Formats: sequence, C-alpha cells, structure tokens
Amino acid sequence: MENQEKMNKEKLKSMEAIFEAKIANDEKIEPKDWMPEKYRKTHIRQISQHAHSEIVGMLPEGNWITRAPSLRRKVALLAKVQDEAGHGLYLYSACETLGISREEMYDQLHSGKAKYSSIFNYPTLTWADMGAIGWLVDGAAIINQVPLCNTSFGPYARAMVRVCKEESFHQRQGYEIMMTLCNGTQEQKDMAQDALNRWWWPSLMMFGPTDDESTHTEQSMKWKLKRKTNDELRQQFIDQTVPQADILGLTVPDLDLRFNNDTGHYDFGKIDWDEFWQVVKGHGRCNKERISARKNAWDNGKWVRDAAVAYAEKQSDKEEVKKAV
Amino acid sequence: MNKNWPLWEVFVRSKNGLEHRHFGSLRAADAEMALNNARDVYTRRSEGVSIWVVESKNIKASNPEHNGELFEPAADKAYRHPTFYNLPDDIEHM
Repeated sequence: MENQEKMNKEKLKSMEAIFEAKIANDEKIEPKDWMPEKYRKTHIRQISQHAHSEIVGMLPEGNWITRAPSLRRKVALLAKVQDEAGHGLYLYSACETLGISREEMYDQLHSGKAKYSSIFNYPTLTWADMGAIGWLVDGAAIINQVPLCNTSFGPYARAMVRVCKEESFHQRQGYEIMMTLCNGTQEQKDMAQDALNRWWWPSLMMFGPTDDESTHTEQSMKWKLKRKTNDELRQQFIDQTVPQADILGLTVPDLDLRFNNDTGHYDFGKIDWDEFWQVVKGHGRCNKERISARKNAWDNGKWVRDAAVAYAEKQSDKEEVKKAV
Repeated sequence: MNKNWPLWEVFVRSKNGLEHRHFGSLRAADAEMALNNARDVYTRRSEGVSIWVVESKNIKASNPEHNGELFEPAADKAYRHPTFYNLPDDIEHM
C-alpha cells in the first residue's frame, strides 16, 4: 500500500515535470491534456474573473448610451458595449473547457464569491467619463491583456487574440471623446479634467498590488499568465499615458509626477491602497448596484430562457412526429 | 423548469475558397438561435461568409492520453515522404 502511494506520488511528480517543461518550451496546453489541479483552479479563477469584468464592465457605459451627445457617439458606444458582451462570452466558453459550468460561474459572480475588476465599481457621472474610460481603463486593460495572447492555456490565448484585436478601437474612441471636449468650451474642458481626476488613480490600481505585496507573481510568470510584474506594467502605462494627457492639455492629478532623466521613466506619487482594498472587499461606491443589476438581469430573464428551451423542445418533437408519419 | 441551454461549437468560413474553421463556442436553446448568436458573437466585423454550428455533445474527440498509439506510428514511416528516395543530383522535373 505504502509502495503504491509512493509510486503514485512519483508518477505525479514526473507528469508535473513534463507539464512544466512543455510550457517552458512554449507549447500550449489544451483542455483535454493532463494538467495539475492547481493549474486548472488558477485558470478557472483568472479566466472567470476576466469574463465577469467584461460583463460587469458593460454597466458603467450602458448608463450613457441613451444620453450620448450625437448619433456618431451613440453607435460607437453601442458597438463598444456589444464587444464587451462578446468578450465575456468568449471567455466564459474558454473557462467552461476547464470543467466548470456556465451556471456555476454566474452563481459565483452573483453571490460575490468571484471578483471582477474593481474599476467598474466607480460611478460614471458625466459624458466625459465615457472618454476617460475608453482612454484610461481600456488603455490599462490592453497593457494587461496583450501579453495574454501568448499565455500557455490554448483556449484562453485564442480568446485573448480576438479580444485584443477588437479592443484597439475602444481606446481610440475614448481618446477622441476627450479630444473633442478639450477643444470645446471651458465648461467642456473642465468636465474632461474632472473625469481624468476621478479615473486616474483607479486606473493605476488596475495593475494590482505592488510587486512586494503580490502573492501569485512567481507561479503566474511560470505559466505565462503574466509576462511582466504589476509594477512594470503600471510604469509602462504611466510612461505612455502622461504624454497623451499633455496633448489634451489636461493635468494628471499627481503633484509628485515628474519625468526622471536618470531612469527614463516618470516618477509618481503614492497610490492609496486602502481605497483599493476597500473597493475589492465590496465597499466601493457601486459594488452593490453592479451586482444587483447583474442578478436582476439573470433572474428576470429566466422566463425568456425557459421559453426558448420549451420552444426548442416543441420544434424537435414536431420533427419526430413528422419523421414517424 | 431549470434547463440550461446546450453548448454549440461554431465554425466560420472567412471567405469562399477557404475551409470552415473552428472559431469558438456558445450557448443557445436550438440550432437556429445558435446560428444567430454565432453571427453576433463571432462575425461582428465581417469575419465570415458562412457559419456552421454543431452541438458540442455530438463531437467525438480523441483522447490526448492515447496520442502515442494514434500518432506515433507515422513517425517511422519516412518512405511516405518524397525526400526518402535517392535520386541523382542532375535529374530534373521530379
């Protein structure tokens, strides 16, 4: 018995070694391949949370679709929100290949067990927020997502290739909104500045805790869920975004922000991590509103889903009868 | 009643002359809805001219654990490739 156990353990170890070597060699892992339980669980967590973020991410923008200032803005915003629904669906089906059901993922979102990106727990107060979200939030998301096109789990990587291809218009439409406001009246420019003031710091928080506080980095690097650390990605975002703010003539709300000639990067001020953890723990301004909107949509849509199933069953019964007579 | 919509696999032909390629999957109550959803989820930017959907449960897949006996026998059959055959260097059109 003891020998048997020892053999099993050794076998598991060698399978894990083969698995890790495959990833190190840039080979992909596909759903039916053997994988360590921890790999499966980590991927279910990350991919489902990513999917939830896309779905919840529709809500702050959905808030402005009916109030978009022109038809051009309205069709663009509609298309962007529709893309986000699509991205959520790609990711949910990628996640289902790991053996979790769609229903279980929804349950985890609705019960608060699964997280989604904290940025969506902030309110969208003015039209300028649509510009700031596209420019900053989608900008940060792109930096986070591009490296995932090469991640080790095949279905996730393929979904991300599609997502990244579609996402580049999102950031551009946001920046164009900011640009238009900044070339407008003083009131419009003030509105753009106010949106930047409110979205800047939460956008920096999207890259997650600092490296010395981040617990999963080493394992995630190995599995290619991460290619760069949180701090490196955050720095990259700041370096590329500050000049874009300059072009708009807006001021980034950070008194400590200045270009460091020695490092070639921007130095920046302290991030309020207490605020970050408060929002993660559910005490952001919109956490409750977002979850209840999702839950209501799901619960109130039940009769539609049931009716569709009933209709499908009736049609297939009719086919059976037709075949029989 | 609490029935989940079944899972469908989506195949898209990007343009005539190319084969249908697997694009991903989605949930739908029936084939008609699966086609409509596939159009919205996978071809929002003119990615296709034809869509196939098939219920995922109807696909029989090989098991990667049996890859050895399934695929390795091909590895030692070099005589199936043109480079296996020795010909003089100056022969042409072959």
